[in-house]
Amino acid sequence: MSNQVLHALYDDDDVLLKAVKEVREQKHHIEEIYTPFPVHGLDKAMGLEGTRIGIMAFIYGCIGFSVAITMINYIMIEDWPQNIGGKPSFSFLSNLPAFVPVIFEMTVFFAAHLMVITFYMRSRLWPFKEAENPNPLTTDDKFLMEIEINGNEKELTALLKKTGAIEINIPQNHEE
Amino acid sequence: MYTFPNKLKNIARVLMLLGFIGLVLGFLGAPKNVAEAKAMAATEHHGEGHGESGDHHEETHVDESHAEKSHAEENHGGEAHGEGSHDSSHDEHLLHQLQNKPWAALYVAAFFFFMISLGTLAFYAIQRAAQAGWSPVLYRVMEGITAYLLPGGIIVIVILALSGMHFNHLFIWMDPEVVAHDKLIAGKVGFLNVPFFLGRAFFFLAGWALYRYFSRKFSLAQDEANDISNHKKNFRISAGFLVFYIVTESIMSWDWIMSIDPHWFSTLFGWYVFASMIVSAVTAIALITIYLKSQGYLEFVNDSHIHDLGKFMFGFSVFWTYLWFSQFMLIWYSNIPEEVTYFITRIEDYNITFFGMIVMNFLFPLLVLMNSDYKRTNYFIIMAGIVILLGHYLDIFNMIMPSAVGDQWFIGIAEIGGFLFFLGLFLYTVFTELTKAPLLAKGDPYIGESERFHY
Repeated sequence: MSNQVLHALYDDDDVLLKAVKEVREQKHHIEEIYTPFPVHGLDKAMGLEGTRIGIMAFIYGCIGFSVAITMINYIMIEDWPQNIGGKPSFSFLSNLPAFVPVIFEMTVFFAAHLMVITFYMRSRLWPFKEAENPNPLTTDDKFLMEIEINGNEKELTALLKKTGAIEINIPQNHEE
Repeated sequence: MYTFPNKLKNIARVLMLLGFIGLVLGFLGAPKNVAEAKAMAATEHHGEGHGESGDHHEETHVDESHAEKSHAEENHGGEAHGEGSHDSSHDEHLLHQLQNKPWAALYVAAFFFFMISLGTLAFYAIQRAAQAGWSPVLYRVMEGITAYLLPGGIIVIVILALSGMHFNHLFIWMDPEVVAHDKLIAGKVGFLNVPFFLGRAFFFLAGWALYRYFSRKFSLAQDEANDISNHKKNFRISAGFLVFYIVTESIMSWDWIMSIDPHWFSTLFGWYVFASMIVSAVTAIALITIYLKSQGYLEFVNDSHIHDLGKFMFGFSVFWTYLWFSQFMLIWYSNIPEEVTYFITRIEDYNITFFGMIVMNFLFPLLVLMNSDYKRTNYFIIMAGIVILLGHYLDIFNMIMPSAVGDQWFIGIAEIGGFLFFLGLFLYTVFTELTKAPLLAKGDPYIGESERFHY
């Protein structure tokens, strides 16, 4: 198990996208790519799995939906029934239209917040976390491709040069 | 170039023929006098709408006692005066309702298919004005659908004119006898009078048809042009049209639909009809595109285009629900008799269509089209599309029928006939127009971007 990686720097997203395709065609394993902005189609070019956050959003929405119904039924019907606008709250169904906005908002609230939290957890992000990107240039205008090497540096360097990398280096103090 | 397959042509002809027979039977079946009307009401499907009240009955119960009185007055329009002769006026009213039934069936279907093509025209103008990069490959399909605008619009206006000449009682404010005894309608005569009403209708249709004519002309001219001047002209007239459209569409919806119930009003009615219109239009575009693709045409349309149409179907379905609920909840909550009667008649007499439509137009598309992959699968788009189209037919049905025929509604031979007739006419017109130009608007400056479009 080699932790040795190679960093190739690119300065254009189109060049990067082409390079990703070529590198993958040569059966090299791309560990990670750092970009200053989301590059359209990069996930597909890298062969990453599609996100499943949509499924979680649906589940979170369903949770919010149920919580909202339970909550508003307790507040408005069971605990403290009131007569609002000539509509006494004796049953949940007969007052449902008034509750729909609340239920809707709670559904959205749960889906949105839980989704953001899920995303942070999956991306291992939390407040005050040290930045992980190996080269600060990737927060400006450069793109960095990180490739695993298994003693094939020469071949790989030649390939990357051909694809238009502007700088290639092997970081010595790479920690995993 | 596309050729109209004979099989489809024959299907359209058969639909028109069947529909025509259905409509004729509907008109022949309408009662001619009070005695016949009473006999019909006694034997046929009386109280059809009451059967399914079950769940929701409770919901309306609280309102009932409040609005009972006004409900009786409102529902009977101008004819609720003369308390002494209540029985005979009730019978007279029943006769009018039953006589209205085939007319209303004709009108609902005529308006529904006209609305699809008007909505498509608006969607097309939005694409043009926004200089959209994804949709130019669909321009010819949209132009095909908008070909139905003029014939469909003329049919609707002819029906309105026949109402103005008292062939039916769809619009009770057109009856001077009713207006004379109705202060509320009398106050609206400045706007609701037959010449101004028909004049407006004519003006609106002329404006829409003119835009359609010129945008089609520029679009075809752009195919052969060396510069993009036609494209620019199309951009300008589309932006202008959208301003004209949103004002006239709103007034059109008050005129052609809301005025059937002249005591009732809703300030977001124009938007509500617009939502119904645009979602039906996008659905029709998607269905026709998928059909053409399955026949081996439109090879440049990929599943990303279908995906985008699916997103619009989903989004506009939710938008429609938002407007439907906004209109419903405010009126339900304030519970003002003159407003709430609109929903009481619908919940009591039209329970199954009223709530069924919400399932078809909201719940079904919401659940089916939520998944991203399903929006790229033709099967799901077709299934959801058919339900959405039928659901919005029911929506128009619910807007027009309760005021026109009261609780005497039935989806019978006249209603189905009307739907089939206009479906046949719509298909015939649209697919004939599709044969007249290449299916790819090859001169459009964005056509390359559109062909390469992917998600």
